[in-house]
Amino acid sequence: MKLLVCVTQTPETTTTPSFSADNTEFNTAGVNYIMNPYDEWYALVRALELKEAAGGSVSIVNVGPGTNDTVIRKGLAIGADDATRINAEPKSAMYVAKQIAEFAKAGGYDVIFLGKESIDYNGAEVGSMLAEYLDMPFVSFGTKLEMNGNTATINRDIEGGEEVVEVATPFVISAAKGLAEQRIPNMRGIMMAKRKPLNVVEPVAFDDPAVVVSYDLPNAKSAVKMVDPENMDELVRLLHEEAKII
Amino acid sequence: MVLVYAESPKGQFKKAAFEAVTYGKKIGDAMGKPCVALVIGNAENAGQLGVYGASQVVQANGAFENFDSQIFSEVIASVAKQMGAEVVVVNHSSSGKSLLGRIAVKLEAGSVSGVNTMPTLDGGFKVKKNVFSGKAIAQYEIKTPVKVLSLMGNSFPPVASGADVAVQALDITAPAARITVKAVETVDGTVPLPEAELVVSAGRGMKGPENWGIIEDLANVVGATTACSRPVADTGWRPHHEHVGQTGVAIRPNLYFAIGISGAIQHLAGVNSSKVIVVINKDPEAPFFKAADYGVCADLFDVVPRLTEAFKKFKAEN
Ligand SMILES: Cc1cc2nc3c(=O)[nH]c(=O)nc-3n(C[C@H](O)[C@H](O)[C@H](O)COP(=O)(O)OP(=O)(O)OC[C@H]3O[C@@H](n4cnc5c(N)ncnc54)[C@H](O)[C@@H]3O)c2cc1C
Ligand SMILES: Nc1ncnc2c1ncn2[C@@H]1O[C@H](COP(=O)(O)O)[C@@H](O)[C@H]1O
Repeated sequence: MKLLVCVTQTPETTTTPSFSADNTEFNTAGVNYIMNPYDEWYALVRALELKEAAGGSVSIVNVGPGTNDTVIRKGLAIGADDATRINAEPKSAMYVAKQIAEFAKAGGYDVIFLGKESIDYNGAEVGSMLAEYLDMPFVSFGTKLEMNGNTATINRDIEGGEEVVEVATPFVISAAKGLAEQRIPNMRGIMMAKRKPLNVVEPVAFDDPAVVVSYDLPNAKSAVKMVDPENMDELVRLLHEEAKII
Repeated sequence: MVLVYAESPKGQFKKAAFEAVTYGKKIGDAMGKPCVALVIGNAENAGQLGVYGASQVVQANGAFENFDSQIFSEVIASVAKQMGAEVVVVNHSSSGKSLLGRIAVKLEAGSVSGVNTMPTLDGGFKVKKNVFSGKAIAQYEIKTPVKVLSLMGNSFPPVASGADVAVQALDITAPAARITVKAVETVDGTVPLPEAELVVSAGRGMKGPENWGIIEDLANVVGATTACSRPVADTGWRPHHEHVGQTGVAIRPNLYFAIGISGAIQHLAGVNSSKVIVVINKDPEAPFFKAADYGVCADLFDVVPRLTEAFKKFKAEN
């Protein structure tokens, strides 16, 4: 099976975001970048497991500048066979989806994996756009994926529960928690990754249809009001009369 | 005009549909354009969407039992084209999320997912959403003639402003689905987490799954949905769909109880948009107190049953 995993780079989860003085740019200074957890822990690992079970290849694709190569190499160290970076600044979901679609359309991939969402912009948009460009079915938020020949059985998260669906290859899937178990790259993987191909290709021309023009920080919380543990009637009263929430 | 896709899972509208129509109506008013609601498949009394501001309801009748993003997005995009929609609104729900991107590509429209404010229309179409898991807010500008938005739940409470309207049937034959739904399992009786207004959540401070009775009792009395921290779901104390946070479900209820949860940044990322946060923790240094509106510093095994009793008393009196 030919498998493609879309990976993106995001600020590490403990990052406190800050912005330029005019609030138009995210400050990247001092920010540690990681591979988006959904891409690394679940999408990539499940793709590797399928390859280990049935043969084939796992390729990585990223739309991003050269500074993303560290994260891409990590994907190779975890076990992907090769990687392609589409050399462009990702500014909108549709731009990214368009670039990946152009790259993937002649690739003959059986399954294209993405993460459920990127943890920085929390868009959850690229997957359905990519599926639309490629005219493929899209199964979002997969928590379990079993292949039987060309047919996949997938459990997916829905509001307050889960759904089990069947779909034939080729298809696009976004990975949620549960699809696989995180793998830590070992020394051998890290050494081998250095010799694996990381191809760089140029983007196709496409205008960003929607872009971030400014940022804000949420209003700071006022100080916590402590309530006497012996007096829970008081807490209920505050929630009722002051917060007016119950 | 503004086209709103009103979800009707199992033939029933939920609050999300009314929120989306309310939001669509507000945008329509700002633009001086009508708001039209689109229903796909069965829906009990589709005309009631008029109450929330739809001036017209169109309903695609056909065999649309199971949700399939390819088929539903085709219906929504073709209706949007036919009726000349300038803005298309869906919910930021599991189905809405898989529709948004497809509709946007079909209409060559810019999209923003999970919006939670009214767009501004002067000097370009701009709209805000939370980014960095609620740690910041980004304003997007959509530059294309048609705009597609998914609305974050609990951002715009439904407002009844009108009356039932007539429903116009559209005869659309549903194309064959490429995804077959084999089974659906939902937890009955409780409101799903992403939609819940009241949430009682507990963490590792609970010591073990056998102690969750006090959490369930509190949730029952309050009428809340239960949630948990990640290690609790990872060790199988609670089902994984209850896991909230950066790598779990992101929620924004009106009231969030955090019981025996330390308040790690990755946990806060999924819950810090809650309107009111109550923290119960025996450690006065627990980081969660910094993000809380109300705090109780004590042993949860003493406090939670006492709080449940206080709620019972309150409910009996009110
Ligand atoms: C990349 C990444 C992603 C993550 N994503 C998430 C996520 O999405 N969601 C999430 O929750 N976590 C996430 N985590 C984990 C997170 O960092 C914390 O480890 C986790 O939230 C801690 O869970 P907890 O608060 O239940 O447990 P603990 O940190 O062990 O806290 C238990 C708390 O209970 C209190 N306590 C103990 N006994 C009592 C008692 N008798 N009465 C009252 N209080 C008591 C303690 O004082 C303590 O504050 C993530 C971590 C990483 C690295
Ligand atoms: N720049 C990118 N390059 C490659 N894949 C991406 C990129 N951005 C997002 N993705 C993929 O799309 C998924 C969803 O991202 P998003 O729609 O931004 O929330 C991510 O988990 C990745 O798998």
